[in-house]
Amino acid sequence: MAHLIALWGAFPGWSRIFLWDLVKIVAIIVPLMLSVAYLTFIERKVIGYMQVRIGPNRVGPRGWLQPIADGLKLLLKEIIVPSGANKTLFVLAPVLALLPALVAWAVIPFTNTLVLANVNAGLLFVLAATSMGVYGVVVAGWASNSKYAFLGCLRSAAQIVAYEIAMGFALVGVLMAAGTLNLRRIALEQAGGFWHWLFLPLFPLFLVYFISGVAETNRAPFDVAEGESEIVAGFHVEYSGMTFALFFLAEYANMILLSALTAILFLGGWLPPFDFAPFTWVPPLAWFLIKVAAILFLYLWLRATFPRYRYDQIMRLGWKVLIPVTLVWIGVMGFVIFFTPWAFLFYR
Amino acid sequence: MTFQAGVFYFFSAVLLWSAAMVVTIRNPVKAALFLVLAFVSAASLWMLAEAEFLAIVLVLVYVGAVMVLFLFVVMMIDVNLAVLRQGFGEYLPIGGLVAVLMVIEIALAVGPRQFPAMRAGVSPAIVHHLSNTRELGTLLYTTYVYPFEVAAVILLVAIIAAIALTMRRRPDTKYQDPARQVEVRAQDRMRLVKMPAEPKA
Repeated sequence: MAHLIALWGAFPGWSRIFLWDLVKIVAIIVPLMLSVAYLTFIERKVIGYMQVRIGPNRVGPRGWLQPIADGLKLLLKEIIVPSGANKTLFVLAPVLALLPALVAWAVIPFTNTLVLANVNAGLLFVLAATSMGVYGVVVAGWASNSKYAFLGCLRSAAQIVAYEIAMGFALVGVLMAAGTLNLRRIALEQAGGFWHWLFLPLFPLFLVYFISGVAETNRAPFDVAEGESEIVAGFHVEYSGMTFALFFLAEYANMILLSALTAILFLGGWLPPFDFAPFTWVPPLAWFLIKVAAILFLYLWLRATFPRYRYDQIMRLGWKVLIPVTLVWIGVMGFVIFFTPWAFLFYR
Repeated sequence: MTFQAGVFYFFSAVLLWSAAMVVTIRNPVKAALFLVLAFVSAASLWMLAEAEFLAIVLVLVYVGAVMVLFLFVVMMIDVNLAVLRQGFGEYLPIGGLVAVLMVIEIALAVGPRQFPAMRAGVSPAIVHHLSNTRELGTLLYTTYVYPFEVAAVILLVAIIAAIALTMRRRPDTKYQDPARQVEVRAQDRMRLVKMPAEPKA
């Protein structure tokens, strides 16, 4: 042990920081990937029960090994590159889809102390990282040299640009209420019971944020980029094997990311809903995970309940409903904070 | 060489290479993607200069929104490069002159002489406890509020002008009114008719 410590001390300073950060990154990515695998399983089970079926129950006890079997199957399948496709971009596209979904986790605070990078402009960083996710879809659609994939990628580009604006405006409201861009401090602003959480004063923005989150992750009922009934499977129609699996990983990692962000921005992050005994015994990380799981369940519930939106209706909802709602609410907030004695409603 | 210097040279090299690729590569979609790479490397350099707000906004606005729309258009048009390359030699002298002038102007405008604080070296203690975003916001909305608002109005005029120039009402376009669609009842669309059963022939 002693000479292990000596060996560690022999590394130059920057490489020690680098290696230690690498360990932390692995400590975030590995549980995240496991959650993604089991989220697919839970999704099939939940939707199964909602539709009065059993869901997967053959592989392992009660079907618990199903995601492992799925992963192995995808790993062993052949990757087919369509003729006339742009090979480099075709292979690069799933990586471009997955990377932003993982990068954004760098600034997510799991508890008050458990955060990889506690940066000042954390919220902006997350927005910038998630806004790059669309490149995976767009490049995949173009590089596949297929009509259906191309239609899917055009739909996705237009949809994400529309809903990112609504999402950004919803976050402006959060910034006005919290007064900081640092995700950790935004959560700490909501301390002291659930009536201090931001989802109450910002309820319209909370709804807009959640809806545009569903649209940003290309989930039902906004999954026109895939749209099986019209354009086969949209942007990933030509993908098979591991390249297809990466798109899947990206979609589910984005879902978990947006749920975590919703929990931090609107539902008090790791803070308990009541500040007294039985609730404060539960560790902060457990509260955080409970909130994330609850929001993820909403995603699955939505998918089991609603039919897919028609494309023009999606655009109408984004531009003519969600964006005006956020603009009006930001105006109301600004007016109340600066010109009325009820500023305490929004700003502590 | 410190670690920071290594990172700086890496991203500078990527930036120069990708910028060169934007103008030399034949495929317009790939050129747009290289432009994205150039933006990201430039943002990384700004991040290294502790201008994190500018770096993130560059990625958010240019990479996340502007270039997506750009790609959207570039992917759909069919560019004939042979036509574009016609007259390359004719335009080379004047184009080269403009390029040289631009480089000189940029060097004069953003050369080291314009940043005395940068050369003098601000103590890191001052920089570290300031929030980049807050300082920029305060400056933009107090000292520079009029130039900022004027720029915003000019952009608004440009947006409205672009829409006004390209919008034409086509008489044969069909629109839907969602409010009327929601209000519709079954009896508006369907008529039940009672008919006697026909006798067998």
